[in-house]
Amino acid sequence: MHRLEETWLTVSAGILIIFMFIVGYQTFAMGMGPPSNKETIDPQKVEETAPFDHPGVFKVGENKYEVVMTMEAFSFNPDDITVPKGAEVEFVLTTKDVVHGFQVAGTNINAMVTPGHIQRISQTFDEPGEYLILCNEYCGVAHQLMSTTITVN
Amino acid sequence: MAEKHLSHHSQSPEKNNNEDVNSMKGTMVSVGFVAAVIVVMWVAVFWLYMARV
Amino acid sequence: MAHALKEVFYEKPKQALGAHPEDARVSLSYLSIAFIALFIGGVLGLLQGLERAGLMQLPPWLNYYQVLTAHGILLVIVFTTTFTIGYQFANLSHSLGGLLPKVRKLAWTGLVLMVIGVALVTTTIVMGDASVLYTFYPPLAASPFFYIGLVFLVLGIWACCFGVFINYRHWRKNHPGEPAPLLAFFAMGVFTLWFFASLGVTVEVLTLIPWTLGWKETVNVLVARTLFWSFGHTLVNIWYLVATSAWYAIVPKIIGGKHFNEKLIRLVVILLVVLNIPGGFHHQIIDPGISLSIKFLHVFMSLSIAVPSLMTAFAMFHVFERTGRQKGGRGLLGWLKKLPWGDVRFLAPMIAMISFIPGGAGGIINGSNQLNQVIHNTMWVVGHFHITVGVSVVLTFFGICYWLVPYLSKRTLTKKMNKVGVIQTIIWTVGMAIMAGSMHIAGLLGDPRRTSYTTYKDHPDALSWIPYEYIFAAGATLLLVGVIIQVYAVFHMMFLSPKGVTEFPAAEPVADAAPAPLWTERWGLWVVLLLMVVAMAYVVPIVDMIVHAPPGSPPIRTW
Repeated sequence: MHRLEETWLTVSAGILIIFMFIVGYQTFAMGMGPPSNKETIDPQKVEETAPFDHPGVFKVGENKYEVVMTMEAFSFNPDDITVPKGAEVEFVLTTKDVVHGFQVAGTNINAMVTPGHIQRISQTFDEPGEYLILCNEYCGVAHQLMSTTITVN
Repeated sequence: MAEKHLSHHSQSPEKNNNEDVNSMKGTMVSVGFVAAVIVVMWVAVFWLYMARV
Repeated sequence: MAHALKEVFYEKPKQALGAHPEDARVSLSYLSIAFIALFIGGVLGLLQGLERAGLMQLPPWLNYYQVLTAHGILLVIVFTTTFTIGYQFANLSHSLGGLLPKVRKLAWTGLVLMVIGVALVTTTIVMGDASVLYTFYPPLAASPFFYIGLVFLVLGIWACCFGVFINYRHWRKNHPGEPAPLLAFFAMGVFTLWFFASLGVTVEVLTLIPWTLGWKETVNVLVARTLFWSFGHTLVNIWYLVATSAWYAIVPKIIGGKHFNEKLIRLVVILLVVLNIPGGFHHQIIDPGISLSIKFLHVFMSLSIAVPSLMTAFAMFHVFERTGRQKGGRGLLGWLKKLPWGDVRFLAPMIAMISFIPGGAGGIINGSNQLNQVIHNTMWVVGHFHITVGVSVVLTFFGICYWLVPYLSKRTLTKKMNKVGVIQTIIWTVGMAIMAGSMHIAGLLGDPRRTSYTTYKDHPDALSWIPYEYIFAAGATLLLVGVIIQVYAVFHMMFLSPKGVTEFPAAEPVADAAPAPLWTERWGLWVVLLLMVVAMAYVVPIVDMIVHAPPGSPPIRTW
């Protein structure tokens, strides 16, 4: 191998290692890893299983909220939710039927919600406004209508 | 046009012809461009991610 | 000695006389299917682009997701598969001195199996019984015939894999102590990877068939997704490996140069074969049920696939610079001007390679753990695979056509046809640049992929994506024009171009090059390493998904 090729591979592999170091540090030292919750649930008994037997928005601390939400083709429950400005919101999600994707446009909230699994993802909403929540995994004929909002005021 | 301009720099092509034929400077510049694209795109998306945290 | 004589008498004349007619028929048949699939898939692509932007309403009997499923399967499975087989078997026939009769038979068997498979799959899609997209994630359940069709497709691919393995082994046995020709080595890499990559999805499909027939009540959704992606991402890397075979072993000849150091080329092939299968896991970075440490291991494995591509970048630029300088290119970048930009056989693969710079960089972003949250399931991903598969791979395939088809049909590439090719390449490049470019931006703004036209109750964010969607549609229009020109060119070169002899442009090494080292031919070892990497990547997560499985899901039809 030519010396210059070795130089190139060292530099470029070094760049990849730096990328991995940055995302690895954020993941393991700062708790910023991608949504990876491991709780499970019977996908055919979602409505009878806590906490999804009572979906809703719950205040759990000083400006901290938990949103227990079920997804199904083609709706969210609860929908059109409201939280105060600066609220730290944890979404607890599951699906009653097929795979859905939970995305809030313009934020880092993006998580797959697969049947049998409970997914969790958190976000602090500092900017007031009406955020668009949408399903970003194809789930059937009216997939494009599956959306709701979260209002921050 | 660009070619003329470039050959202007190597005043005596015959003298350093051999050296020039085997040069790998262009390759290094090109892969440097590849690295720049990788870094710029990655940093841009990383910046967007951090702005949305 | 006897062996050398045999080579002179039997193999060289075959090469000199051009393609073996029976082998050519195999390749031309596969290529014909490929370009028919490209045409239909391209038309469906434009329909989608127009519907997505709200510029056109599909008739009530045709659904957006039906069109999307067919577009995906026809282009990313049928077109790429049949083109690859046609091209790779031509490479084998050329470099190994003809296909063995039984290998030819396997190739025909493969073709028949694939045609049956494609017929079953497309029928179920047309009837509206399989609007599950080409990823067919359970618990979405299509008609059982959809999955049975997929089994036929896989069986057809396996027939071709075995054909390649048999022919390769036969040649090596008859040429003891010789490494196989470079193009045959690439073919071996492609089909080895293909065979092992298809095992996971085969297991998945075989569990889905009894489930859709009602013989089995539920299915483990997460395991199915994991098995799918162990195949899905590897598949695109197989197309990429096919494209690199032309970059390394054909393009240097076309520009009048020599190929790169053969040992390093072979190392790139081996690395791509060994490292590739775990790469698919990054499609599941935001899935539940998989721990952060397993995901991070896969971030490492996904990014490691970039290394052989970084080697390729260096190798190709070096070949271009060396050739350009020998032709009198001077200064830092003067060699670039000496390259044959007006020759479509160079221009198309060159743009394909350039496109892989942002394409590969985008891939690194997609695999960078939490950065995936920014782009996952957004239009960014669609833009990403349109510049990687749609340009890096497909434009290379298009460029290959301009020498491969006339070589096989014993015709010539006319100046006029070359010009048609150059125009086609420019249209394709512009179409993809504006379509994929705007898709990347719209994705970063949140526009989701795989979604029919919607304004989400006129939400301002969704409305802000619409202008980008107009650009998707404009790009898709140009791309259909490109498809029509390409299909015309291919069939013209097959049946109408002037008769004549077209050379097979296999590149040669530099004059004083050392022969390729024999250790690169240890395919048994590469397969063992491949299986070890797969085991390292998949045993722990899959066992975990099965042991800690939630109750499974019944089949569901939501369309």
